[in-house]
Amino acid sequence: MRRGLKAAALAALLLSGAALHAEETAVPLGDAENGAKIFRTCSGCHQVGPSAKNRTGPLLNGIFGAPAGAIEGFFYSKALKRAAAEGLVWDYEYLDAYIENPKALVSGTRMSFRGIKDEQDRHDVLAYLRRFSDDPANIPEAEPTAQAVEVALAPEILAIVGDRDYGEYLANECLTCHQSSGSDQGIPSITRWPEEDFVIAMHAYKQKLRPHPVMQMMASRLSDEEIAALAVYFKELE
Amino acid sequence: MKLNRRVFIGTGAAAAASVLSAPMVHGAAHGRPKVVVVGGGAGGATAARYLAKDSKGEIDVTLIEPTRSYYTCFFSNLYIGGFREADSLAHSYGTLASQYGINVVHDWAVGIDRDARTVALAGGGSVPYDRLILSPGIDFVDGAVAGWDLSAQNKMPHAYKGGSQMELLKAQIEAMPQGGTFAMVAPPNPYRCPPGPYERVSMVAHLLKNTNPTAKIIVADPKPKFSKMGLFQEGWADNYAGMVDWIGSDFGGANVEVDPEAMTVSIDGEVTKVDACNVIPAMKAGRICEMAGITEGNWAPVSGHTMQSRMDENIHVLGDATNQGDMPKSGFSANSQAKVAAMAVRGALTGSKVFPAKFSNTCWSLIDTDNGVKVGATYEATDEKIAKVDGFISATGEDAALRKATYEESIGWYSGITSDMFG
Ligand SMILES: Cc1cc2nc3c(=O)[nH]c(=O)nc-3n(C[C@H](O)[C@H](O)[C@H](O)COP(=O)(O)OP(=O)(O)OC[C@H]3O[C@@H](n4cnc5c(N)ncnc54)[C@H](O)[C@@H]3O)c2cc1C
Repeated sequence: MRRGLKAAALAALLLSGAALHAEETAVPLGDAENGAKIFRTCSGCHQVGPSAKNRTGPLLNGIFGAPAGAIEGFFYSKALKRAAAEGLVWDYEYLDAYIENPKALVSGTRMSFRGIKDEQDRHDVLAYLRRFSDDPANIPEAEPTAQAVEVALAPEILAIVGDRDYGEYLANECLTCHQSSGSDQGIPSITRWPEEDFVIAMHAYKQKLRPHPVMQMMASRLSDEEIAALAVYFKELE
Repeated sequence: MKLNRRVFIGTGAAAAASVLSAPMVHGAAHGRPKVVVVGGGAGGATAARYLAKDSKGEIDVTLIEPTRSYYTCFFSNLYIGGFREADSLAHSYGTLASQYGINVVHDWAVGIDRDARTVALAGGGSVPYDRLILSPGIDFVDGAVAGWDLSAQNKMPHAYKGGSQMELLKAQIEAMPQGGTFAMVAPPNPYRCPPGPYERVSMVAHLLKNTNPTAKIIVADPKPKFSKMGLFQEGWADNYAGMVDWIGSDFGGANVEVDPEAMTVSIDGEVTKVDACNVIPAMKAGRICEMAGITEGNWAPVSGHTMQSRMDENIHVLGDATNQGDMPKSGFSANSQAKVAAMAVRGALTGSKVFPAKFSNTCWSLIDTDNGVKVGATYEATDEKIAKVDGFISATGEDAALRKATYEESIGWYSGITSDMFG
């Protein structure tokens, strides 16, 4: 097998047809409660639970055992599509490897995350995520992870329809640092972000709720219309 | 004719603005409008790429640049410190030619006929333009440092234009005897990359600390203070205690003479024998600006709205060569100005939409391993100049995690700006 024995055993267990509750498995998957805490780091991009939606990253309901790149409605990177075409399936082993170091397993995705080095932490997160996958079928889905609301924006602001051409011009300034290719070395990718996330993030910088001084400065001089224009542009950027 | 034009353009932004609303005057006469860009660095490569990319073939773009590989000055200090390989600083023009359809001509521009609108090439022949963009970087002011001229650059390198000079300087520092002395003659304002000489001091100190810990560094500076001074001095005290002796103008640092043959440096009358010496003389706009007759003093004055020369409406000047107002001479600034100029040129030649100019700059510097700091600001165009709007600077006493994140950010910026320049 490709990775550690323990992982292999777990994978076999999970994929066996036996309809076991997580609590009943012989090998404990990890501490889901602790996993829920760790998942907060992930929740900036990924949602789980009944009302989960695709955000910067795809929603993660039903991810166990699912083929890679298959969450409906999510726009995947070329790299991830390639991996999917090569037959990558998100079994325990691969999920574990991916969250250990996303770049090591599939390079060139937009998952801008360093990875979780601690093995136990990974087991815990996967135990938590496991709650939102119904294979074996009888585990009820839990409540969605609370999304931290960073800034409460008036609906009028969220409703502004940005001017894409203006966004393209304004984006020139962003592209000196944020690469259009979606590379995220040292500086996060902002390519193809959902509009609302983009708008919220920029207003959070503008209101100095997010700490980064360069971004505070850049955002502080953007009007609501300009933020909306940038959001439209980056959402559609190839 | 030239005189008249100068007077006319001298009226400034009003004249510049009217140019923007009169598209296709020359383009129509001979097929696609032609833009010639001189200098394929931070300003020129970016301008060429944005013009070609955004005009989608409507503009014929020629880039004139003598070297086949552009070695960035940015991060060249990190090469001295051992954090980068020299090869990692080299970028070719291949993608600009193949993917963006830019006509890349590897030659020197040696003259500009502003009436005929042609650029003469060293290799013979000339290239016609409807709009010319000059981004030639810097040259050194003759006689700026007593005892030094360009013929001494192999003994006492400036290492301020990238490429082989950097490698030479590093080799000379590595060849210093144990306990030897490295001297730097820092430049007066304004010059390319305000924190550059001091980041260099940090990187030289880093290199010596590992291989030659008893070596000394002397900096003779014609200025009383410098960019990010508090951050650098804190960094030198914390990481290179006792190694760096900075002599500012208040202590005679401006009174310098070098002797490249004897390898001595005299600072305020005191002569020191040195083992390696980095002379960074006073700077001026790349010589081609002077040849074009668009300089005033050492630099080429431009309008911040469009980066048009104040002396010729058909010429835009970018980057280090300009006198534009508040922006520092940096790669980031040149890149930012290039986008404004590309938009203005495209608007003038094809009638595309023109938005108000916005500029920004951030300069990162590395003090020691995983110890990065930064300074930055945003700018807007007024009729007089490019004016600072807002800014920030790293604080002294920041924790190690933040300094490391800042360094990592600078690596991201390097890949960002180089792909923004070269595709
Ligand atoms: C040590 C050091 C560290 C630096 N660090 C940073 C940093 O961290 N961040 C930052 O933003 N900036 C930094 N800079 C500054 C940055 O390198 C310059 O500000 C930037 O390169 C300016 O761009 P430019 O287009 O004006 O000139 P350049 O990038 O120098 O490009 C000019 C080009 O024009 C060509 N040329 C000149 N004359 C002619 C001619 N007659 N015909 C044809 N071609 C010609 C040259 O060959 C050259 O390729 C640093 C500089 C130094 C020296």
